[in-house]
Amino acid sequence: MGAMTGVMAIMLFLTVLSAATGLGTAAAARLLDRDLAGRLTVQVVKGDPASRDAAATRITAALRASTDVVAVSTVPRAELARLLRPWLGDDAGDAALPVPALIDIQLRDPGDTAADRVAALVAGAVPDARVDRHQAWMSPVNGAMRTVVLLALGLVLLMAAATAAVVVLAARAGLQFHRATIDVMHMLGATDVQIARLFQRRIALDAAFGGVVGGAAALGVTAALQAQMAALGSELLGSTRLGTGDWVLLALLPLCFVALATFAARLAVLRALGRTL
Amino acid sequence: MASIVQFENVGLRYGTGPETLSDVSFQLGRGSFYFLTGASGAGKTSLLRLLYLAQRPSRGIIRLFGEDTVLLPRTRLPGFRRRIGVVFQDFRLVPHLSTWDNVALPLRVAGVPEEDVEQPVREMLAWVGLTDRANARPATLSGGEQQRVAIARAVIGRPEMLVADEPTGNVDPDMAERLLHLFDSLNKLGTTVVVATHDFQLLNRIPDAQMMRLDKGRLLDPTGALRYPPPRSRP
Repeated sequence: MGAMTGVMAIMLFLTVLSAATGLGTAAAARLLDRDLAGRLTVQVVKGDPASRDAAATRITAALRASTDVVAVSTVPRAELARLLRPWLGDDAGDAALPVPALIDIQLRDPGDTAADRVAALVAGAVPDARVDRHQAWMSPVNGAMRTVVLLALGLVLLMAAATAAVVVLAARAGLQFHRATIDVMHMLGATDVQIARLFQRRIALDAAFGGVVGGAAALGVTAALQAQMAALGSELLGSTRLGTGDWVLLALLPLCFVALATFAARLAVLRALGRTL
Repeated sequence: MASIVQFENVGLRYGTGPETLSDVSFQLGRGSFYFLTGASGAGKTSLLRLLYLAQRPSRGIIRLFGEDTVLLPRTRLPGFRRRIGVVFQDFRLVPHLSTWDNVALPLRVAGVPEEDVEQPVREMLAWVGLTDRANARPATLSGGEQQRVAIARAVIGRPEMLVADEPTGNVDPDMAERLLHLFDSLNKLGTTVVVATHDFQLLNRIPDAQMMRLDKGRLLDPTGALRYPPPRSRP
């Protein structure tokens, strides 16, 4: 494997991994958006269980009457106890424990206006009830995910630029090395395009070989990582699973890089030859 | 006779140095045979480089095949170069190509289909006596063999003008005779031939040839090509 092929393989390996990270994170962010859009939780914090349950019932009744709300459900006491068990142990199920009542709401329209109307409705029914918007609560996570996606996209673009630069340098070195032959070709009547085509072919072959090696290795690593994440059982990490379209996009990256390398080589050679007679 | 090449007050200067060629004016008739002579450093190779469009002059006008080539856009140069065969003094064979492929190169550059390349290459290699060296790389050929490959490459495309810089410098007298005979045959088919040499023995072999003499970058007869003196009047 030549130096150029090696460089292309490394570039493609890093590019495909960056792209896979970006695509996986984007998939997770999309899923999070879909899950959190228009979802609210009402907390009723009252020490007295009877008064807490009555308040929860009032809120539930008010919400059911609202056209903004698609679904309302009170989180069962048993579910709350299950959630608290890691911290409180068996005491989590103690009926005397002042655990807030939680009411899950799914809005018809995920926009802020509907959420504001529902919050006002809840405040009207029970003034000290707290309304949490899931989207607001998870927005730092979502923001971080979008940053990762942008970073991955930036890395892919930087890799593409670095690849083009490497190709241009290789083409220039090749032109210097084959200067005598190129002069002869010119004197025999070869056009710049004919000469550029020779370089393009060489660089396309190197890029294709490097692309296959680097791309295949990166796809293998990505597949292994995906399997590992799926096995963790985490909903968030599991949501980074790549779809068919993502895999196709990753598989197309080596082809795009071969096209980019070929184009860069052609441009570099034509520009250099344009300065000769 | 229609002229194929016309130089008018051509001067050539490399960088900021003195003029290598000064006030060179001449015309080459289509289908003629010319020898270009002169001592080493007289400017023969520079004049040939102007002829085969490897160089633009610093001043003056050069007309080739009826067109002013000084201001010709470089995109049109390949078309002109394909009409000129060149035998370089240092052969300039492509090192990674075989003898066969070196000879076939002008045809391939011109876009001749591969099935039409084989026969002319075979004939040309037979003519220069290199059939058995068809697969050899230039590095494995002797100086004389390389020169014959260079000549075969220059003439295979039946150029309208053949420019040769010391083409017989590395071959034995018998091969020199054969190569000159090839040039003469091409000339009789209508190719204008310009051979730069300082081998005066060579000049005697083509009695119809005309001669141009360069001295310190100037053509000795500024009005045009000198007629080579008939053999009986030569010293």
